[in-house]
Amino acid sequence: MNVTVETLPIAHCGFEAKVKVAGSGPPVLYLHSAGGPGWDVFLDALAGEHTVYAPDHPGTGDTAREAIHDVDTLWDLVLIYDEILDALGLTSVAVAGSSYGGMMACELAAHRPERVSRLVLLDPIGLWRDDAPVTPYMLLSPERLVATLFSNLDAAPVQEFLKVPSDPKEFAVKTADTIWSLGCTGKFVWPIPDKGLRRRLHRITASTLIVWGRDDALISSVYAQDFADLIANARVEIIEGAGHVPQWEQFDRVRPLVLDFLR
Amino acid sequence: MRVTSFHFMPYRELPADFAERYPSSFVEAPWWELGDADKVGQYYSWSLDELMHAARLGFDGVGTNEHHQNVYGFMCNPNLFGAVTAKMTRDEGLDVAILQLGATVAATSPPIRIAEEYAVLDCLSGGRLIAGLPLGLGVDANVSYGITPIEQRGRWREAIELMLKAWTAKEFFAWNGKYYQLPRVNLWPRPVQQPHPPLLVPGAASSSTWDYCHDRDLPYAYLSYFGGRSAEAVMDRFWDRAEAKGRDRNPYRASFLQLVGVAETDEQAEVQYAKHLEFFYHNLLHVPPGLLAPPGQSDYRSMLNLFTSNMLEFSDMSTELKPLRARDMIQRGFAVVGSPATVRDQLTGMARRLNVGHLMPVLQFGSMPHEMAMRNIELFAAGVLPSLQRLFPEDEFENRWWPKRLTKTAAGGSR
Repeated sequence: MNVTVETLPIAHCGFEAKVKVAGSGPPVLYLHSAGGPGWDVFLDALAGEHTVYAPDHPGTGDTAREAIHDVDTLWDLVLIYDEILDALGLTSVAVAGSSYGGMMACELAAHRPERVSRLVLLDPIGLWRDDAPVTPYMLLSPERLVATLFSNLDAAPVQEFLKVPSDPKEFAVKTADTIWSLGCTGKFVWPIPDKGLRRRLHRITASTLIVWGRDDALISSVYAQDFADLIANARVEIIEGAGHVPQWEQFDRVRPLVLDFLR
Repeated sequence: MRVTSFHFMPYRELPADFAERYPSSFVEAPWWELGDADKVGQYYSWSLDELMHAARLGFDGVGTNEHHQNVYGFMCNPNLFGAVTAKMTRDEGLDVAILQLGATVAATSPPIRIAEEYAVLDCLSGGRLIAGLPLGLGVDANVSYGITPIEQRGRWREAIELMLKAWTAKEFFAWNGKYYQLPRVNLWPRPVQQPHPPLLVPGAASSSTWDYCHDRDLPYAYLSYFGGRSAEAVMDRFWDRAEAKGRDRNPYRASFLQLVGVAETDEQAEVQYAKHLEFFYHNLLHVPPGLLAPPGQSDYRSMLNLFTSNMLEFSDMSTELKPLRARDMIQRGFAVVGSPATVRDQLTGMARRLNVGHLMPVLQFGSMPHEMAMRNIELFAAGVLPSLQRLFPEDEFENRWWPKRLTKTAAGGSR
């Protein structure tokens, strides 16, 4: 897949956005998870039928590492995404997000309901139940984090993700990038990933597909129905044999679900 | 050299299988299974007695610090204990520095609370405060106190600016910062020392903290449990950075913390301190790295520097220290343990090699009982302290980072 990176100067917070662009067809904005931006089989699949725009969260990917310090609040971040859509010339767009990216997709859709045509949420965070607390993923060792993220470790995209660079310098940079990405996204969810989204979800008008891995150990699949109850026009698909990243763990099952929904 | 007796006030009794039973000495050690309030009262009281013992026996300072939700050291506010040492040393006419190393301004809201408390200590001690300004461990600030990791360093810098202005401004002012907003500031009380008490910045080998110190001409305290040899890589880099920033090699720019156990002979010292060392390294330092510094707490450059330099020996103290026995810990120099002569020679050599003008020995560590700690302090004071205090005479090396009232007693002077 030919992926290019567009540089967009954003007025809000003086942020220089970096957006990965690939494919052709109706546009889809993809918001990545807390671990950082990457390009994966799921984005390849989306790009097979759509023009995919995948911005890097401030401080991660191709953006300046220190850029995160100019984005003070969650509201600033939502306005940055709104202005990224301005810069891309997208008046109405389907939005998909995984985990933390799913939360940001909801925030964007709640802020500008008319701007989001369809919404795909893959195991989003952003709500909190005392009877099913979200695992404090930022505090886990790498081993525990992997065990928490995946229930189907054998899936090829998971194995691809778990590969470590053999060059020590490359490994150091990758490790630092991952930790920093958790920190940059963590700015908007620490210490409890509940910043009032529950009170804003009613504003979302987009038809919404909620996909959740049955065995998600980071945020329980019981949250799927909570999102569905609060979003006016939502459908839930629970994926058996998957944890927090069903689009990798059961790629063949999730791919057609999402593509059909976006058609 | 200046020598401060430093104390963490640890929980001194834990079950033998503590480290197997619980994932961490911080946050994850349940009070309701382990804690005993009566014992804690006794520990606090003993710890204060140990600090006062050192003050009476000629140490230059007594030091306390802040940690939360743990068995490692639980002075939730060091200024509660600083108030006790300030008052008691005042009453006894003991000319020692009150070293607070310190209260964590980034995790205190509003941070002028610390400006007030430090001013109280400086007033009460008659101008003997050294104001420590730790960034704070991530596990304390982020986990126990909920501060967003990636904001901690920014908060810390802003809090220090606010504190300095609150101490020195001769006008009412409003503070409209990024993290703190206050409509009208007119701090009461203010410190005796003018323009403000000397500052000391502790750190754990983060390169951005060195730069912070050198940019502002502030002294740095390297807090390590792995002894002088392992600190060489860190302190060499600290001095390289000093040179790059146009600062001289004045040893009083640097402080170093060191676990020390003294007995009549080397053999006796090893036997006597072995189990307390293992208690400290196996139980109290039982902290996984992800908990110690959650993502974002260390800035990107420092993190990359750390990962590529192999500067630190242990990346996971919760697992890598477990195979080591007391003898290994002593041989590797984590703790300086031996007869007065051995300890004196090792500490003197270390201070010269690291070029550190301020040593902070920890003379009660781990499960060490009160009587043993008192004896350790006595042996140190009699057989080690005088030699150390003669190092780096202050008529040769200017110590601008010590309470002025106390500099007249410097070695080479009237001491």
